[in-house]
Amino acid sequence: MKNKLLPIFIASIFIIVFILFYKGLQNTNIYTPETKTSNKIPSFKGDLFYSDETINSLNFFNSDKFYLLNVWSSWCVPCRKEHTFLMNFKESKKIEVVGINYKDKKINAANFLIELGNPYKKIIFDQDGIIAIEWGAYGVPETFLIKDRVIIKRYIGPLDEKTAKEIKSIIK
Amino acid sequence: MKIFKLFFVIYLISSFNHLEASDDDVKSKITKNLRCLVCQGQSVYDSDSQFANSMKVLIDKKLEEGFTEIQIYDYFRERYGEWILYDPKLNKNTYVMWLLPILIFLIGGAIIIRNLILKKN
Amino acid sequence: MLYSSIGYYALVLGLGISLILVYFSIKNFQNSSTLNTKILSFTFLQFFLVVISFVCLIISFVLSDFSNETVFNNSHTTKPLFYKIAGTWGNHEGSLLLWLLVLTLFILIFFLKTKNQPLKYKLLTLIFQQIIIIGFFLFLIQTSNPFNFIFPTPEEGMGLNPILQDPALAIHPPILYLGYVGSSIIFSSALAATYLNLVSKVWASHIKKWIIASWVFLTLGILLGSIWAYYELGWGGFWFWDPVENVSLMPWLALTTLLHCIIVLEKKQVLTSWVIILSISTFTLSMCGTFLVRSGILNSVHTFANDPERGLFILVFLFSLIFISLFIFFFFHKSSPNNSNSFFWLSKEISIIINNWFMMYFLSVVLIGTIYPIFLEVLSSQKISVGPPFYHKLIIPFLIPFLMAMAIGPKLKWIKSNIVDKSYLALFFAISIVLSFLIVKKFSTNLLINTILVSSALYLFFMTLRDFFIRKYSNISQNIAHFGFSLLILSILLNNLFSSEIITNLKVGETFTSSKTKIVFKSINQKQEKNYKSIIANFSIENINEKIEDLSPELRIYNQPNIVTSEADIKTTLLLDKFIVINIVQNQDYFNVRYQVKPFMLWIWISVILISFGGLLSFFKREHEK
Repeated sequence: MKNKLLPIFIASIFIIVFILFYKGLQNTNIYTPETKTSNKIPSFKGDLFYSDETINSLNFFNSDKFYLLNVWSSWCVPCRKEHTFLMNFKESKKIEVVGINYKDKKINAANFLIELGNPYKKIIFDQDGIIAIEWGAYGVPETFLIKDRVIIKRYIGPLDEKTAKEIKSIIK
Repeated sequence: MKIFKLFFVIYLISSFNHLEASDDDVKSKITKNLRCLVCQGQSVYDSDSQFANSMKVLIDKKLEEGFTEIQIYDYFRERYGEWILYDPKLNKNTYVMWLLPILIFLIGGAIIIRNLILKKN
Repeated sequence: MLYSSIGYYALVLGLGISLILVYFSIKNFQNSSTLNTKILSFTFLQFFLVVISFVCLIISFVLSDFSNETVFNNSHTTKPLFYKIAGTWGNHEGSLLLWLLVLTLFILIFFLKTKNQPLKYKLLTLIFQQIIIIGFFLFLIQTSNPFNFIFPTPEEGMGLNPILQDPALAIHPPILYLGYVGSSIIFSSALAATYLNLVSKVWASHIKKWIIASWVFLTLGILLGSIWAYYELGWGGFWFWDPVENVSLMPWLALTTLLHCIIVLEKKQVLTSWVIILSISTFTLSMCGTFLVRSGILNSVHTFANDPERGLFILVFLFSLIFISLFIFFFFHKSSPNNSNSFFWLSKEISIIINNWFMMYFLSVVLIGTIYPIFLEVLSSQKISVGPPFYHKLIIPFLIPFLMAMAIGPKLKWIKSNIVDKSYLALFFAISIVLSFLIVKKFSTNLLINTILVSSALYLFFMTLRDFFIRKYSNISQNIAHFGFSLLILSILLNNLFSSEIITNLKVGETFTSSKTKIVFKSINQKQEKNYKSIIANFSIENINEKIEDLSPELRIYNQPNIVTSEADIKTTLLLDKFIVINIVQNQDYFNVRYQVKPFMLWIWISVILISFGGLLSFFKREHEK
C-alpha cells in the first residue's frame, strides 16, 4: 500500500508542476503596474518650468476638467513621435494637457517645444526624476488620464492612433 | 531534539535580519533591495540607468526626511507593487516559499534518522 | 550559403543516424553478446556530422555570411575575428549546436573508454543518450535552426552585444556545457544500470570518473561566468542570484552531492536508490535550467531568446525525460537488501549523509527561490521578486553547521577508533572563535552572527590545512577541495565585511575628498577604435597612507548595436582589488564615478580553482593507489 502511494504522489506533483509551467509560459514578462493600491493622484510639490514658482498637486489639478499628464524629455526619441497627438488635444475644451519634463536641461527642453510646439498648459520641471517616481512612472514617455484627482488610465510608452482615439472617446 | 533544532534555526534566521547593515550603510542596503524596473534583473544599487539614479536621489531625500527603512519600502511598494522589492515580504502569498525549504530540511532529517534507527534494530 | 546548406543537411543526417543507432542497438541488445561494430562507427559518424555542422556555422560567422539568419542577427563585419568565432555559440541556435556537440562527443568517448562493462549496459546507455540527442536534433531543426536563409542577403549584420565580447565569456559556454551537458551521460548510464539492476560498487567506480569530469568542468564554467560578470559588467559583484546563475548552480549542487554519494557506493552496496535519483536529478536540473532561460518565462540579465514556442517544446521534452526516468526507477529498481550492519554513528558514511542533507536543503532553497515566483504569478497574478536577501537569509545560517560538519566529518572514523591526540580539534575551535571575534569586532557592527560564521569557516580552514601538512591520509584530493571551499567562504565573508565604496559625481578636473581617500579626476582622452569610440578617464587616487594610484576606466560608445558600455579599471593585488568605473549621466557634463576597494577578490577565484584542482587530482588518481 505504501509502495503505491509514493509513485502516485510523485505523479500528481509532476502533473501539477507541468501545468503550472505551461500556464507560466503564457504570461508576459512585461511589467505592468496594475498593482497600485489606490488610483488617487500622488501629492507632490514641484517647480513650474517657465516661472520657477513652486506649486503643489492640489493647485496643479484645480479644475474638474480632464487632465492629460505627459512625462517627456527632449532627449527621448519616442516623445517626438507622440508629440503630434498631444498637440491635437491642445485646443480641446474638455481636456487640459500638462507635462512633467523629466531629467532634462531647460534649454534643450525649451528648444524642443519651440521646434515641435507646446501643448502643455503647465509644465513641472522634474530635474531629478523624483516626481515621476511619485507617480509610479519609470521611464519616458508615459501618460496619465486624470479626472477629479483620480487616475483613470495610464499609458506606458508613446501615444499612438489607437490610444489617442481611446482618450477622445473617454472624454466625450 | 527536533524542537531544539527548530528553535535554533528560527533564532538564527531572526537574528540574521541585523546581518547586512551597519548604520551608515542603510542607503546601500535599501538600494540593493530594490529592483531597477527598466533593467533586466539588476538592483537599483547596481544599475546606472536613469530610473535607478532618480531612485537613489529620492531615497536620499526620504532618508533625510526621516523615513525609516521599512517606510521607504512601503512607499515604493505603494507605487510599484511587490515586484520592486527583492526581499519578499512574509505574507500569505510567500509563506510557502519561505517555509518550504525549512520543511524539506526537517523532512530530510526525519528520513535519515528513521533509516538509521531502522537499520540499528 | 554553401556552408549553411552543408551544416543543415549534416544535422538532418545526424538525426537519421540517431534513429539507425537506436534500431541497431535494440537489435544488438536482444541478440548478441558482442558489440555490433557498426554501432561504434555510427556513433563516431554522428559526432563527426555534428562537428561538420558546427564548423560550418563558425565559417559562416567568420565569413560574415549574412544570408544565414543567425549570423545576421548576431554578428557584424567590424567585429574582431576572435569574437566572430565566439559569436557562434553566444546565441541561442549556436549554443544548442554546442549542446549537440557535447552530447554526441560524450557518448562516443563513453563507448571508446568503457571496457569492462556488460554489453547490454553500454547499449542501453547509448539508447537513452540517443533519446536525448533525438530530442535536441528535433528542437534544433524545428524551432531553432542555425542555418535559416534570409533573402535578399543583408549588407550588414545586427552585431553582437559588446559586453559579450570578452575572452572569459567566449570560453565560458564551452567549458560550462562540458559539465552541464556532460551530466547527460550520468543520466543515461544510471537509467541503463537501473533497468539492468546493475547499480553496484562496480558501476559506481566506473561512473565516478564521469561524475568528477562533469563536476570539474561545471565548477570551472561557473567560475568563468563569475569572473566575466566581475570584470565586465561594471558593478564589482560576481554573483547576483540571477535566475541564469541559479540555473547553473543547481546542477552543480546536485552533482556535488552525487559525487559524495558515489564515493560511498563505491565501497558499499548502499544508497543505491538515492544515487539513481541524484543522477537523474542532475541532468533534469540542467534541462530544467535550459527551459527556464530559453522560454521567456523568466526575467533576467542574460536570458536568451524569448520564444514561447521553443519554451513549449523544451517543456514537453523535459517532462518526457522525467516521466521516462521516473517510470524506469519505479518499475525496475530493486532496492538492495537491508544490510544489517550498515551504518554506525560516527562513521564516514554518516558525514556524507549529513553533507547530502544540507546540500539538498541548499538546492531546495535555490530551486524554490527561482521557480516559486513563476508559480505564484500563475496562481494569483501577483508578481514578486526574489533576490539576494532571500537566499542569504536561508542559506547563511545553515552554512555554519555545514562548515563544522565538513571539518569534523572526514575524521569521524579516526575519532571513533583511537583516543589518539584529539586535542587539536578543540584547540583549533577555540583559536577560530577568538580570531574571528577580533577580526569581526574591528570592522563590523553585527558581532554575533558574523563571528560564528567566520569562525566556522576558519575552523574548516585550519583543519584542512593541518591535514595537508601532516599528510595523515592519502586523500589529498578531498583535502584540497575542502580547503578550497573553506578559503572560498572565508574570502567571500571577508570581502563582504571589508569592502568599501565611494560614489560621487565629478567633472574633469574636480576632486573628491573623504577622510581616507582623495580622488582626482585628472583628464579625458578620446579615441576612435575599429567598432567603437573610446573615452578614457584618468584618475589618480590617493590613500590615507599617501600612496597614489592611477586608474583609467573607459567608456565605449558602439555604433552597431547602439550601446554604451562601461569598462572598469581594476587593479588586482594579492590582498585587494581597487575597482573604478564611470558612467555617463544623461544630459549633464559630469560623470558618475564609483570607486570600490574590495579585499580578497583574487582569493575567491583561487579558491574555486583549488576546488576544481582537488577534483582533477581525484580524476587522475589510479585505482590501486586508493
